[in-house]
Amino acid sequence: MNVTEAPVKKSIAVKASVEDAFKVFTEGFDTWWPRAHHIGKQPLVKAVIETHAGGRCFGREADGTECDWGRVLSWEPPTRILFTWQINGHWQFDPDPAHASEIEVRFHADGPAQTTVEVEHRYFERLVDGENVHGAIRSGGGWPALLDSYARMVKDQSSTG
Amino acid sequence: MLEYLIARPHPVGELADHFDVSRPAISKHLRILKHANLVRERREGRNRIYELNPAGIEALRAYFDRFWTDALAAFKRAAEHKNHGGLT
Repeated sequence: MNVTEAPVKKSIAVKASVEDAFKVFTEGFDTWWPRAHHIGKQPLVKAVIETHAGGRCFGREADGTECDWGRVLSWEPPTRILFTWQINGHWQFDPDPAHASEIEVRFHADGPAQTTVEVEHRYFERLVDGENVHGAIRSGGGWPALLDSYARMVKDQSSTG
Repeated sequence: MLEYLIARPHPVGELADHFDVSRPAISKHLRILKHANLVRERREGRNRIYELNPAGIEALRAYFDRFWTDALAAFKRAAEHKNHGGLT
C-alpha cells in the first residue's frame, strides 16, 4: 500500500576516541555540518543540535532567526543519538513526529583512538505529507519552493547519472 | 494528491473527484508534479493514468545518500582535527 524507501546507510572510520567522536558530532555539529543544507532564506550562521533528548535541531541565521528542522529523540552519549529531519510539503519544519524521517547514529569504539561511526537515515516516505499537499493545492500556495527543491534534486541526480 | 497516488495509480478523472477544485486546476498540478518527476503518466485506452514516479521519490533518498557521504567526510576531518589539538 505505502511506498517505502530503503534507508540510507553510511559508516566512516575516525581516528578519535568514541567520546571525542560523539562530542564533535553533537556539540561540534557546527564544525562539520554542510552549510548548504539549510532551509532558511538567509545564509546559515550556526548549525545546532541541542544536547539532550527532546532537544531541537536548527540552523541560526545572521539576524537570529532560527530554522528548526528536527528533534533529538534519544540521547545516549557516547554511543548513540537518534534525531529527526522533518520538513513538510511547504519545505518547512513539520512538528508532527509521524511526518519525520529519522537519523540514527551509532559510535563503536574500535580502540582508544579509533571509532567507527554508522549513520542510518530512514523513513523518507513519511515526509510526503498528503494533508499539506492537499491544503497547498486548495490554497494555491506552498508548492513552488518544494517543487523547485525536488526538481533540483532530480536534475542533480540525472546529471550525475 | 501525492497521498492518493502513493496508495495506487489513479485515472485523472478519479483524482479530480477527491478535490474541490476545477478539472483544469487538477491537470495543471499534475503537469507540475510530472515536470518535477514526482509522478508519471501512461495511457490505458482513453484514460490517462497517473502514478507515483519511483525515481522522483528516490531522488530525495539519493540527495541524502550523497549528503551523508559528504557530511561524514567533513565530520571525520573535524573529529580528527580535534584529536590533534586543533580544537579545545
